[in-house]
Amino acid sequence: MIQADLTIILPEIVLAVYAMAALIGAVYTTKDELAPLLVWTTAGLMALLAIWIATNSDGTRVAFNGMFVDDGFARFSKVAVLLSAAAVLVMSQEYMARRNLLRFEFPLLVALAAVGMMMMVSAGDLMSLYMGLELQSLSLYVVAALRRDSAKSTEAGLKYFVLGALSSGLLLYGASLVYGFTGTTLFSGIIQTVHHGDVSVGLLFGLIFLISGLAFKVSAVPFHMWTPDVYEGAPTPITAFFATAPKVAAMALFARLMHDAFGGIIKDWQQVLVLLSVLSMLLGAVAAIGQRDIKRLMAFSSIAHMGYALIGLAAGTEMGIKAMLMYLAIYVTMNIGTFAFILMMERDGKPVTDIDALRQYSKREPGKALAVLILMFSLAGVPPMLGFFAKFGVWQAGVDAGLTGLVIVSAIASVIGAFYYLRIVFYMYFGAENEDPIETHSSPVLWVALMGSAALMLVGVFYQFGIEGAAAAAAATLVN
Amino acid sequence: MDNILSIVTFIPAVAAGILALFLHGEDAAAQRNAKWVALVATTVTFLVSIGIYTGFDPSNTGFQMVEEGEWLMGLKYKMGVDGISVLFVLLTTFIMPLTILASWQVTDRVKEYMIAFLLLETLMLGVFMALDLVLFYLFFEAGLIPMFLIIGIWGGKERIYASFKFFLYTFLGSVLMLVAMVAMYSDAGTTDIEALMSHHFSSEGFSVLGIYVVGGLQTLMFLAFFASFAVKMPMWPVHTWLPDAHVQAPTAGSVVLAAILLKMGGYGFLRFSLPMFPVGSAVMTDLVLWMSAIAVVYTSLVALVQEDMKKLIAYSSVAHMGFVTMGIFAANQQGIDGAIFQMLSHGFISAALFLCVGVIYDRMHTRDIEAYGGLVIRMPAYALVFMLFTMANVGLPGTSGFIGEFLTLMGAFQVNTWVTAVAATGVIFSAAYALWLYRRVVFGDLIKESLKAMTDMSSRERLIFAPLIVMTILLGVYPSLVTDVIGNSTAALILNYDMALAAAEAASQTAASH
Repeated sequence: MIQADLTIILPEIVLAVYAMAALIGAVYTTKDELAPLLVWTTAGLMALLAIWIATNSDGTRVAFNGMFVDDGFARFSKVAVLLSAAAVLVMSQEYMARRNLLRFEFPLLVALAAVGMMMMVSAGDLMSLYMGLELQSLSLYVVAALRRDSAKSTEAGLKYFVLGALSSGLLLYGASLVYGFTGTTLFSGIIQTVHHGDVSVGLLFGLIFLISGLAFKVSAVPFHMWTPDVYEGAPTPITAFFATAPKVAAMALFARLMHDAFGGIIKDWQQVLVLLSVLSMLLGAVAAIGQRDIKRLMAFSSIAHMGYALIGLAAGTEMGIKAMLMYLAIYVTMNIGTFAFILMMERDGKPVTDIDALRQYSKREPGKALAVLILMFSLAGVPPMLGFFAKFGVWQAGVDAGLTGLVIVSAIASVIGAFYYLRIVFYMYFGAENEDPIETHSSPVLWVALMGSAALMLVGVFYQFGIEGAAAAAAATLVN
Repeated sequence: MDNILSIVTFIPAVAAGILALFLHGEDAAAQRNAKWVALVATTVTFLVSIGIYTGFDPSNTGFQMVEEGEWLMGLKYKMGVDGISVLFVLLTTFIMPLTILASWQVTDRVKEYMIAFLLLETLMLGVFMALDLVLFYLFFEAGLIPMFLIIGIWGGKERIYASFKFFLYTFLGSVLMLVAMVAMYSDAGTTDIEALMSHHFSSEGFSVLGIYVVGGLQTLMFLAFFASFAVKMPMWPVHTWLPDAHVQAPTAGSVVLAAILLKMGGYGFLRFSLPMFPVGSAVMTDLVLWMSAIAVVYTSLVALVQEDMKKLIAYSSVAHMGFVTMGIFAANQQGIDGAIFQMLSHGFISAALFLCVGVIYDRMHTRDIEAYGGLVIRMPAYALVFMLFTMANVGLPGTSGFIGEFLTLMGAFQVNTWVTAVAATGVIFSAAYALWLYRRVVFGDLIKESLKAMTDMSSRERLIFAPLIVMTILLGVYPSLVTDVIGNSTAALILNYDMALAAAEAASQTAASH
């Protein structure tokens, strides 16, 4: 029995063992000199694991008495998490090496965070949920403060840690209430109680606390306060990482908890999610208007995007989950490209994040400027870019579930949000000449990431590499 | 050619791709190559599109030359033309080579400029041919991107304000339409426009937020589409983006905007609002008619006091579009035929007027009416051309402008006499502002020193105007050229509209009698 369980979690074991072995290996040998190599091996291993998981089609399997679930939904999310983490790792290598930030712990912490995220999306029990979440969060707290001698970076790490601990507390309190009122921590047990019509006020209280804790992780308003500061303070590659893989994992976990444990009482949590979604979209759209720092701007952008993805979750249908997964996949691709560009921005070797520095950038680097233009329009959800189809999908699910009001609000928010994406285009193309222009240092990896993701935004309109089918299959296994 | 529509649509995009990939540098030779590639591509597009016209069968009221294929997310790639859209396709392909010619003197980032215009042509053609809701939306909305860049990069002093206003204004209208489209998809289960035309959307009234909505779902959907098309059209009071965009856009941008982009609003009303939401349209008819009448009078009065030539013509465009919406919502043969005619004729006339401004702007770099006067002395050919289009703009019989205005007024008269009476005064105002503009610019003494070195039109400029003159007069004396093509399709549209209204009426009476 135990052997069968271990086979199911083999990918997680491989990555965890690799991370620990590499950690010990690096400590006892050349330490930071090994870091560039570790970045590539970690990324390579993640990519291999992603391929392994993607080709696995064993249906739904359950390990450890239901605490760990391996189904189509988990596999889709894991592939997205692993691939985006690997992409961010290889993008950061050169940036960090040139600024003496490349510690050997960095790739390994990312690997451990990835193990946590894989655990999260496969959670079948409140305990395994919390284990995965904390493994991920603790790794992220450390990498946020990676630049030890920078006040901003340590502040970011500390803020993230304190607020993260608070949210974990909320989540745990909710879990204890749910346990108290249902007598079990297993999702399959909770849903049985719920199906019996035994929905007490205490259980709902627990549910709300659980949602609050998870809303913190996906940085949905009003639990978003940490996001702008952490995004701004953390070194840019870390910000890029925060904006991609953990968001996918947290949204997937959110979806799993809502459907696997509370699938029978959609009406009870739908209104909460609608509120979170509306607030996130509006705040993300309005608050970013005044931002001049591109990393802060992307923080608000990601808050808004999580709001759109939450529409899919709030719909509470299979169509909604499918739309949400598609949204996350497209969102991650856009963000990898955008952050590849932000990683390039520098002046005299120092990173620049002021969007004012982009003035007339298109004259100096027309190719890259065009790629950023495509990404910005895609983030704004303007057709024919792929970002439009992401929004179309969640809106379709929203209207189908009768949430027309939510969809209308989100349409208005998307227009407000378009303003700040357009402003970046404006600086690059129509702004007045800047006396102190930025250079963009581009390594081949960053160039490929930027151009590749921009090209995907256009190619995706004709061909989506089978993601749609995979998302549909994943959604079908979660909602049944 | 089975897929002539796709070929016509994508020739410009392919040319844009060629320019983007194979043309490098900013030297004179590269600039010349970019212009020639764009000119050849748009001309070829026009020549091929003549095949659409000759292959079109006016007696068939359905969609013709239909192409269909699978697309992503359960949507379809479906293109086709009917009597309503076919002439807009031709208008687009006809105007585009002229805009490229009019841009011959652009020197800043020529390659990007031409790419933007070529992509814009593909997107505009797609709008008129798309037979899938989302495909239509994609073309409709994507057209904002090149236009945003054209105004923003190559525009005048206030270009940034104008480009943002243009983009956000139209974007807001469009996303509301998108929400309605999503709702239509979930109601009808298809995004095929042909199928949606025969789908019956519920018209049973219900309450939203305590307000009783007559016509129910249809009215709400009508309003969502209206938000988009009224802005695009533009109708009073959401027209304010247009004068800004026109004034700041480069000449060719203004031409495309006035001649083609504005027509998408009217086309949208005919393609979506009337056939798909007949009850909703009927509920809103009075409001739209009055808005049109106000637009005609109000914007004509505003045009009277303008100091800037382009702004004056922009306001005159809004007034002329008022006739179009009035004709469309009169919902009878004269009204709708007249509206389509007016849109086509306005496509030629407003394009020509903006080009007229462009001719003197290229020489003097100002659009202030004050800065001119007595041009007839140095530029007789220009004075003649300008006069012809001024008269056409006023609606002088013998020019195409007359037919459109007359037909729409006649259509509206059968529906609402008062609206027609108010709108008819707009004809007088339009004579006032247009003739006064002409007098101030062309006649009078040539006293300004700066004007004494003006040269008359070059042969390139004459070449641009020649086809527009031919079309304006040809349509003015031989309107059946247009009405024969569109007549059957509009008749079918009106028949369906009336039948749907009668059915809804009968249904509500049965409900009341129970």
